[in-house]
Amino acid sequence: MERVFFYIFAVIIIVFAIASVTSKKILRAIMYLLMSLLAIAALYFMMDYAFLGAVQMAVYAGGIIILFIFSVLLIHHVEGEIEEPSKMRKIGMALLSLLGLGISLATIYSFDFKVATKTATTSVENIGKGLLNYGEGGFILPFEVISILLLAAMIGAIIIAKGRKNI
Amino acid sequence: MIENISIYELLTVSTILFFIGLYGFLTRKNLIAMMMAIELLLNAAVINFVVINKYLFPDMLQGVYFSIFIIAVAAAETALAISIIINLYRLKTSVAITETETMKY
Amino acid sequence: MDFSYTIFILLIPITTFLLLGFFYNRIKPAVSGWIGVTALTIVAGLSYYTAIKYFFYTPKLEGKYQTLYGIKMNWMNFTDKLHIDMGILLDPISIMMLVVVSTISLMVHIYSRGYMDGDRGYTKFFAFLSLFTFAMMGLVVATNLFQIYIFWELVGVSSFLLIGYYYEKPSAVAAAKKAFIVTRFADLGFLIGILLMGYYGGSYDFGILNNPEGAAIMNWASSSFMGLSVITWALLLMFMGGAGKSAMFPLHIWLPDAMEGPTPVSALIHAATMVVAGVYLVARMFPMFYFVEDGYALHVVAWVGAISSLIAAIIALTQYDIKRVLAFSTMSQIGYMMLALGVSKFDGHEGLGYMASMWHLFTHAMFKALLFLGAGSIIHAIHSNFMQDMGGLRKYMPITHITFLIGALSISGFPLTAGFFSKDEILAAAFEHNKPIYFITLFVAGLTAFYMFRLYFSIFWGKKKEYEHTPHESPWSMKFPLMFLAFMSVAAGYISFSEMVTADRAIFHIHFDFVGAAIAVSVGLSGIALAWFFYKKPTDYPEKISTAFGRFYTWTFHKFYIDELYLFITRTIIFKYISGSFAWFDQNVVDGSMRGIGNKTVSFSKLIKGLQSGKLQDYAVAFAGGAFILVLIVLYVL
Repeated sequence: MERVFFYIFAVIIIVFAIASVTSKKILRAIMYLLMSLLAIAALYFMMDYAFLGAVQMAVYAGGIIILFIFSVLLIHHVEGEIEEPSKMRKIGMALLSLLGLGISLATIYSFDFKVATKTATTSVENIGKGLLNYGEGGFILPFEVISILLLAAMIGAIIIAKGRKNI
Repeated sequence: MIENISIYELLTVSTILFFIGLYGFLTRKNLIAMMMAIELLLNAAVINFVVINKYLFPDMLQGVYFSIFIIAVAAAETALAISIIINLYRLKTSVAITETETMKY
Repeated sequence: MDFSYTIFILLIPITTFLLLGFFYNRIKPAVSGWIGVTALTIVAGLSYYTAIKYFFYTPKLEGKYQTLYGIKMNWMNFTDKLHIDMGILLDPISIMMLVVVSTISLMVHIYSRGYMDGDRGYTKFFAFLSLFTFAMMGLVVATNLFQIYIFWELVGVSSFLLIGYYYEKPSAVAAAKKAFIVTRFADLGFLIGILLMGYYGGSYDFGILNNPEGAAIMNWASSSFMGLSVITWALLLMFMGGAGKSAMFPLHIWLPDAMEGPTPVSALIHAATMVVAGVYLVARMFPMFYFVEDGYALHVVAWVGAISSLIAAIIALTQYDIKRVLAFSTMSQIGYMMLALGVSKFDGHEGLGYMASMWHLFTHAMFKALLFLGAGSIIHAIHSNFMQDMGGLRKYMPITHITFLIGALSISGFPLTAGFFSKDEILAAAFEHNKPIYFITLFVAGLTAFYMFRLYFSIFWGKKKEYEHTPHESPWSMKFPLMFLAFMSVAAGYISFSEMVTADRAIFHIHFDFVGAAIAVSVGLSGIALAWFFYKKPTDYPEKISTAFGRFYTWTFHKFYIDELYLFITRTIIFKYISGSFAWFDQNVVDGSMRGIGNKTVSFSKLIKGLQSGKLQDYAVAFAGGAFILVLIVLYVL
């Protein structure tokens, strides 16, 4: 059963990702991207990382995709088409990507992963405690740094997008 | 750990996703579309973190933490990039990558 | 006796210079003139006070004047024995020089207030004068060779600044450059001499070097180079520096051109004070000059002085620019001082030449400053430097006339003037010790009288000219220095120098030799008479004589083509042939290879410039492709 779902999700991820990077219509491309991201979230759920899946859906689907759509609406017509790259470039880049893919897969398959046999369930509580733990192995400092980064990014985005004249 | 699914299959998916993102980044001529390709690249990396955490070190959570951080950074980066794009559009009334060649100066 | 206040003699002029220099634009010309005059008055007062205190109230040591130090501090230590001090040295000659420099400088300051009135760079001028006074004072009181060298160069710089004062005039700029380069070239010899002296003499300090029983003098024979003692070489090289500053043949070429500067500057620097720096240097090092190798270097000094004085006097006969005549007469008189030093001996009355030289230095400063300032007064009235434009001025400028006459009489050695006494002692010293030089000196005395009165008669008598503006007498600020200096040009002859400034610092009394004096006076008077005969009324005798001399006259008029010789040596031989080939090598081989490297870099970068397209994705392709290639290499090759 999991196998079937996994393959369905994997196909969704890959097909929609391809569609997202090739589609001529920008708004559609964004929707394809959304599909792909949701399927990734589904993978997380399958891996029993419910919190991560939720974050993925909330941040990506709820935040980033909306941002993309807004920016497109601000600067494009909804039906706006993306200029196509030349065929030669497409083929060349595809070959380059396939080359990289081959190398990576060959490397992955030639490596013997020592998969752990035991399983452990992860609760949101554990994640939260780990993030806020300031003892050994705690992630309080990166957590705080990330929060500062988000604040800075927010201010920066506002300042930059406001433009020079209105400052 | 998903039953009956090996780590290789998951990593294959993430690798394919990564190279699709790379392809998109290299071919797209629109800045927003390029940003989307970057999102794909980041997601492939996140999947890698999660999968390796789950399959090799199930009793630890570092991969999850890093995934969260990556998602946060991606959100920040997207917000900033889009603000820059909007500003650029004001200047050039275009977001085509061919318009932004001033990097060479 | 405490002489530590003498530091103010140095501090006041430098402070004035800094004040006037920094607030150049803020200070009103009238104020800056007064600042300069006040400062110099204080300095002169201090100098006189020092002189009186030293000569009359300081006890002598075994009948000799002692060497005192106002202050003396260690500046640079090389070894235990070899160190450089800074300080203020007080002995008879330095104090005499302090008096001379401060007096002349004060007079020139007062005079400049009138002469430079309305000039754009009025404040700047006074600043430079202060700098020069500071430098000259520092030179005079230097305790060692290095200190004297430092101030020596400062004097050179201020001379350069003042000659080039009218820097908008190309000839002034050229003259300033010429003066600086020639004296710098001579100072190269001075520096080498100082270094040799430090190494072989073992000290820079005058007190140690000039001690007749000291190691430096006793051991002169210990090392030799090309048949002469190294110490003699050092002295000769130092004399080269002195000859450069004092405009001795063959380094005199800068002095006539230096007349491009304002006339007060010519009076101060190029007549009275700076040019005697070389004389002062020889006098300062006199024991060394005298004792080392039996006075070999001193003979050179004597002959250089005699030849310079002869050549300068001959050239002065033919010049028409009144300042140039005075410049050559300066050179001639300084030659006198040099030869007097050169023929002098050391002990007691034998050291008559030394005393006479210093005395002549003193009197010459007075009457030459007087003559220059008088010439300045005339130029101020006529706006021309040339004799042909003058004549019959005695009615328009009575005070200038009288004072100029006194100066001319004094320099000609007319009886009872200052020049008569000092020149007479020089002649007596030369007669006693070196007959050929005595005859040269006597001849020059006649020439001096002749050209001075040629000048005097052409300016104040002669045919009457029509002037565009009626010449008028100068203002009081200019007349007062003239009168004071005229007084000094007579009075300086009655100072008993032999009781103050002598070679071995012991007092002696001069015996006045009436026969020698009578010969000298008759020679001088015949010169004056000849000039009266030629120039009192416009006659055609001068022309006839100059045509009679023919080629010799032309040579003399062109100053024996010495300038042209220098130009030939520097421009043709050094610049064209020696430097030219080096320049070719530098431009084509050294620069060529460097330029080649540069050009190749530029062309290569043009070649690969296309790689930097500025397109983000091109960079990304390069990045990704490079990364793959690296991974492939790491995985499968290594």
